[in-house]
Amino acid sequence: MNFPILSVVTFLPLFGSFFIFLIKTHPNNENRSIKYVALFTSFVNFLFTLYLWFSFDLSTSEFQFIENKQWMKGYFNFQFGIDGISILFILLTAFITPLCILSVIKSVKVRVKEFLIAILIMETLMIGVFCSLDLVVFYLFFEGGLIPMFLIIGIWGGPRRVYSAFKFFLFTLLGSVFMLIAIISIYWMTGTTDVIQLYQLTIPEKYQYILWLAFFSSFAVKLPMWPVHTWLPDAHVEAPTAGSVILAAILLKMAGYGFIRFSIGLFPLASDYFTPLIYFLSVVAIIYTSLVALMQDDMKKLIAYSSVAHMGFVTIGIFTLTKQGLEGSIIQMISHGLVSAALFLCVGVVYDRFHSRLISSYGGLVNIMPKYAFIFMIFTLAALGLPGTSGFVGEILILIGIFQKNIFVAFLATTGVILAAAYMLWLYKRVIFGKIKNVELKKLFDLNKIESFVLLSLAVFVLFFGFYPEPLLKTINVSITNLINNHETNIAYFLQGEINQ
Amino acid sequence: MSEINYIIPELFLSVSIMFLLMMGVFKKKSADLIYKLSILVFFISFILIFIFQFTLDQPVHLFNDSYVVDYLSSFMKTLVLISTFFIMLASYNYIKLTGINKIEYPILLLSSSLGMMVMISSYDLIVFYIGLELQSLSLYVLCAFNRDNLRSSEAGLKYFVLSALSSGLLLYGSSLIYGFTGSTNFEVISNNLNSLNEGSVFGIVFILVGLAFKISAVPFHMWAPDVYEGSPTSVTNFFSMVPKIAALTVFIRFLFVPFLNAFEQWQMIIIFISLASMIFGAVAAIGQKNLKRLMAYSSIGHMGYALAGLATGSNEGIQSSISYISIYLIMNLGIFSCIYCLKRKEIFYEDIEDLSGLSKNHPLISISLLILLFSLAGIPPLAGFFAKFYIFMSVINAKMYTLAIIGLVSTVISAFYYLRIIKIIYFDDKKEKFDIEKNFGLNFSIIFSTLIILIYFLYPNILLDFISRIQII
Repeated sequence: MNFPILSVVTFLPLFGSFFIFLIKTHPNNENRSIKYVALFTSFVNFLFTLYLWFSFDLSTSEFQFIENKQWMKGYFNFQFGIDGISILFILLTAFITPLCILSVIKSVKVRVKEFLIAILIMETLMIGVFCSLDLVVFYLFFEGGLIPMFLIIGIWGGPRRVYSAFKFFLFTLLGSVFMLIAIISIYWMTGTTDVIQLYQLTIPEKYQYILWLAFFSSFAVKLPMWPVHTWLPDAHVEAPTAGSVILAAILLKMAGYGFIRFSIGLFPLASDYFTPLIYFLSVVAIIYTSLVALMQDDMKKLIAYSSVAHMGFVTIGIFTLTKQGLEGSIIQMISHGLVSAALFLCVGVVYDRFHSRLISSYGGLVNIMPKYAFIFMIFTLAALGLPGTSGFVGEILILIGIFQKNIFVAFLATTGVILAAAYMLWLYKRVIFGKIKNVELKKLFDLNKIESFVLLSLAVFVLFFGFYPEPLLKTINVSITNLINNHETNIAYFLQGEINQ
Repeated sequence: MSEINYIIPELFLSVSIMFLLMMGVFKKKSADLIYKLSILVFFISFILIFIFQFTLDQPVHLFNDSYVVDYLSSFMKTLVLISTFFIMLASYNYIKLTGINKIEYPILLLSSSLGMMVMISSYDLIVFYIGLELQSLSLYVLCAFNRDNLRSSEAGLKYFVLSALSSGLLLYGSSLIYGFTGSTNFEVISNNLNSLNEGSVFGIVFILVGLAFKISAVPFHMWAPDVYEGSPTSVTNFFSMVPKIAALTVFIRFLFVPFLNAFEQWQMIIIFISLASMIFGAVAAIGQKNLKRLMAYSSIGHMGYALAGLATGSNEGIQSSISYISIYLIMNLGIFSCIYCLKRKEIFYEDIEDLSGLSKNHPLISISLLILLFSLAGIPPLAGFFAKFYIFMSVINAKMYTLAIIGLVSTVISAFYYLRIIKIIYFDDKKEKFDIEKNFGLNFSIIFSTLIILIYFLYPNILLDFISRIQII
């Protein structure tokens, strides 16, 4: 196909943001035109990704829609392409962004123009991450996301926004520079940074471990894994609702995607070798952050810690290197993308009305906001992985995967499910049920149309994929099988080499 | 073609300097006219460079092998002329309002640029020294140009004393080299230099110290912050850009022509200077309050990265250093052009705190500053990232992993102070408005530099094509 659909999907939001940049704003006006342009751009982009999904060939594990342009002569090419794994993340990004823009239409009042530009640029960078098939291009998009996110947290954030924005920026940057060194080393070792070619080559064993660690340092910070997760709660708490949604729903997934695409794909031996480390860190993350989440009095912080725990499941699933584990972790990422986005939006709903994120200032909301209570319940249950929600599908697959590999880890990870139930249900109980303690709360009104629409559309997908995850599984099936086969052949190749010696 | 034809740009520049000087003396109140004419002179010399030097296929050695015109020299001369051209365009209003628009000012800029062009093309120790002195003497005066200002005079004196000392060291090193190799010509030195001879190694060290001083690399950076802060902003702008081009070229010339045999000896020195500059530039800038002083520390750090490319001792390394400095020039031009805009009722402000809440009053200047500062911090996809990327490509190819890791970690540290400025611009409360700048030259250089930095990633080949033609070894 000659039509560069991936470039269109990637750069359309950027184009839209350029348009918004040109529109004049009026400080006292509502600036509707800007919002409509932003909404329209992101919605059209979503339609494009849907078209992408329908024209995607499910039967092959090859990369599709490949675009290759000469970029830095003699060094790197600008290469785009997707397989069954990346398309889901592109869909997720394109789906979440318009909802995000819808949700901020009322809540962001200052500097709307800049905010929407930042979000659209963010969308371009995030889709670019999932499309790129060249390490340098990947790094470009991966790191470029820091700039708009830094501004989103810093300009529209809460009282401690400066601290959080700096922490977010410097943590991630420090993690990533090691990846840059690794990428350059790979280039000089193999002569290419083209991912398709690198999959065919094998990186010498002695370098694999150190390179894997360099990539790990970047992804671990971004994911985030314990003990480098500390930027996440701060960033989430201070970021505006839309910022938190993007951060939790998509930004964290870039690291999970990176693990699957690069760590496993490029360094098979090292991935096997470091599996215990990943298990250890993930189990600690699951149990420790769940316990920490239990004790939070800030709703956003609680959800942020729960994200770390959920991401712990994801890393365990990825590094089981079994079909179930990998499929589970991708579904878990998609599901967490939907659920955490919805939870942050839910917090945003009450925060917009009452300007407090503290659990203790609420209570008895079910009496005033029944619709809200209902929708919040769906997402609470999805977050704790109740059967029938998408959260369950991911977790059960991951646990099946890990049970085949290591029963002890599986046992510890399962406790995370129980803890998740504990903190989520307790949160729900304290916020929604009980008597109305605070008289002020009576002034609150239930969800308006836009909020209901946004939350319901998320809820529909959470429930749909909970009952019928087949569309997701079918999309990733071939690619995952191919990934595992490749991995096994690679390991066998190295073992053969050792025997020969 | 007769030898003289090759140096027509330099000749033209010298003749125009004399002409403008005469004009200034005999024609009353001609300062403004001379300023504009000098801008024109820069532009014409730039075109002349293109006609007479850029198009050469082979390096040409002139005047008994003491002067060379090759691709490196033409490229760097172009950079010198373009940078000065833009600086003069951007600082026109500043010069007029601060009352330093005297006839000598543009002429000194011209003569200093001429000195740099001679330095860049020199292929002989004596020619090199003449060029160096011509540029330094003009710079001493430029530093102290705002003579009623105590800080400016102090800066001039400080720079004069220290720079004279370093020139002395350089001269001493040259005499040692001459003594041990028997010639002042680079080619002959290269052939005769015995890298095991302590005398010549001493000479090399002295020359490198002198050059490191000119490029303000640690540990010879002490003059930079004071001079940058004290000098008039337009001179600081000039300081932070143009002499660095010349000094870097001379570095390349010295290291890879006469001292090539002593690679083992000077590599350690360059690595140390480079590392020290990166770390110092990153750490010392954190506590700064004055924008110009901060830019001084930042330029020290950036010179560290540029030198890291040279430490590899390969053609790629040289090319990466040159692309680094080219991109660095554009970023600095943008930043200083923004600093010229911080003006309220004829008073120019230069503290970081004055930028507070700038984004609410002046969104366009702020977004330019945002892009330029993120680019200086080396965040992709801006041009500053690619500059660092090329450097680390060549550094890692030479297997110098420690240098790469320390360099990248100091990038993260230096990101902190760039972020701090962005924080002040974007997150802090707004202050009084600045005057709106209507000067075309200034706005043009802001937009020009910001756009290049922003869209560089689309066409990295344009710069790479130029630079890949530079082959020294």
